[in-house]
Amino acid sequence: MITDNTAIYAESLTKRFGDFTAVDAISFDVKKGEIFGFLGANGAGKTTAMRMLCGLSIPTSGKASVAGFDVYKQTEQIKRNIGYMSQKFSLYEDLTVRENIRFYAGIYGKSDAFIKEKTAFLLRELHLEAEENKLVRSLPLGWKQKLAFSVAIFHEPEIVFLDEPTGGVDPVTRREFWNMIYKAAESGITIFVTTHYMDEAEYCNRVSIMVDGRIDALDTPGQLKKTFNVSSMDEVFLKLARQAKRSGD
Amino acid sequence: MRTLRFLLQKEFRQIFRDPSIIRIIFMMPSIQLLILPWAADYEVKNIQLSVVDHDHSQYSRNLVNKVTSSGYFRLQDYSGSYTNALQQVEHDQSDLVLEIPVDFEKKLIKENESTLFMAINAINGVKANLGGAYLRSIIQDYNREVRLKWIQLPRYSPELQVNVTSSNWFNPSMNYKYFMVPGILVVLVTMVGSFLASLNIVREKEIGTIEQINVTPVKKYHFILGKLIPFWILGLLILTIGLTIARVAYGIMPLGSLLVIYTFAAVYLLAVLGLGLLLSTYTSNQQQAMLLSFFLMMVFILLSGLYTSIDSMPAWARATTKINPVTYFIDVMRMVVLKGSGLKDISTHIYTVLGFAVVLNTWAVINYKKRS
Repeated sequence: MITDNTAIYAESLTKRFGDFTAVDAISFDVKKGEIFGFLGANGAGKTTAMRMLCGLSIPTSGKASVAGFDVYKQTEQIKRNIGYMSQKFSLYEDLTVRENIRFYAGIYGKSDAFIKEKTAFLLRELHLEAEENKLVRSLPLGWKQKLAFSVAIFHEPEIVFLDEPTGGVDPVTRREFWNMIYKAAESGITIFVTTHYMDEAEYCNRVSIMVDGRIDALDTPGQLKKTFNVSSMDEVFLKLARQAKRSGD
Repeated sequence: MRTLRFLLQKEFRQIFRDPSIIRIIFMMPSIQLLILPWAADYEVKNIQLSVVDHDHSQYSRNLVNKVTSSGYFRLQDYSGSYTNALQQVEHDQSDLVLEIPVDFEKKLIKENESTLFMAINAINGVKANLGGAYLRSIIQDYNREVRLKWIQLPRYSPELQVNVTSSNWFNPSMNYKYFMVPGILVVLVTMVGSFLASLNIVREKEIGTIEQINVTPVKKYHFILGKLIPFWILGLLILTIGLTIARVAYGIMPLGSLLVIYTFAAVYLLAVLGLGLLLSTYTSNQQQAMLLSFFLMMVFILLSGLYTSIDSMPAWARATTKINPVTYFIDVMRMVVLKGSGLKDISTHIYTVLGFAVVLNTWAVINYKKRS
């Protein structure tokens, strides 16, 4: 069901690579302004599913729409309305903080006045004013990740896709990172996030858990714990993930 | 247009911030152009010669003197045993053995005829060929001298003689630098144009930023233009540096107009950039791109007519030179630099290379996917 309140909609979305079915007929929907956790073991098919939703990969079959646009035909419109932060760190290390912000804002077609004003605001927010002319390479990982997230939502997208945004980051920075996510969600941006940290799963409004390319569970963290009769998301995940036949990478 | 401006700004910032690129742009042409032309030269000198003299006569010594004073040979060994000399060849100490038989002088005087034996170490084909030829011509010369001494010159020569005199057009003093420098310059421009560009794109694949660009509304042609334009400019910059070095260090001034060279280079760079782009679409990391580039560059250079003459290649190899862009640029450079050819003379070259540019770029653009 697609309503006005639907940000992402997928029905039997499938991706096959030869004989291998990476994503096996997944169906779900994400409401506007929601923080949607997309969980699964390594190799479960999360990144592939996310790439299809971002218009990077063509689905083999099934239906999906993102921000109201079709993933088969309207990928350019989708791209204009989403932000994406990939698993790999994706800012240019040999550009400065300010140059990175300016570049990404520029290619989204933002005006110079908008870029100037918002960059100043952002640098203040991130406490990076002193570092604005330093190469991104020289920043600590946590700062880089926070900057990458800010850059991903700089052009004010409807939805932002985060692929394991907090991998390798210390707990304090992770907490700060999630505060940023909450703030973004409050401002109306829909968050679609994958993670391996189960405490982070608890922060989400709803979570789906992928096993071997299928979505085996989808609910609020509280309801999931009830259904599986356990006390933490960790145990929910372990119960489901142990059924996996595919080995992770 | 605005998007392209942002892409170009980013690209130039990165290029000029990368010390290795700066080094390649300024150091590579200087080093290659200042050193290679002095070393890569077709003349063969310092041929190691072993002489086996069984005769020990005035005539044999005269011959050896004549050979060693030519400047091409270095007398490695002067002995009386052929086995000994052959051993020198086996140990790679010697390139040529000249054996002078017993009674060389006697036969020469009495029978008017004598034989010499020459053994050539053919491991280095070029050296063997040329060395043998030099020695033969020296011996012929010697022969003439001997005859001249013996025969009382009659009023008219009983023998018919054909004398050949020659003059070398376009490069009168047969200066190899005039031949090599423009060629090396072409290789440099090709490397920058295709391989730096492909490495640059593959690098974005490797570090994952290309994925980030692919989720933005940046159009495929924007991204490609953003990559090609900077390297097109770099290519012309290298050409300028190279031409300056050629002029300052070797006094090579193109006889033709610089405009002709630049016009051709501008089109040529489109073709090699297309090749670079194509390489980047087939490779996923810098190692692959590097190896593939290396392989192609070897083929391109060896089959381009830079080091060896195209006319002496077998038919199939001659056919491949027709689809080798490097061949055309080398040809144009030599035509313009040595002969002063104009735009009209090289128009076929321009159209052919333009054809390469269209084919390679179209192929690359089709193969470059934003989605998988």
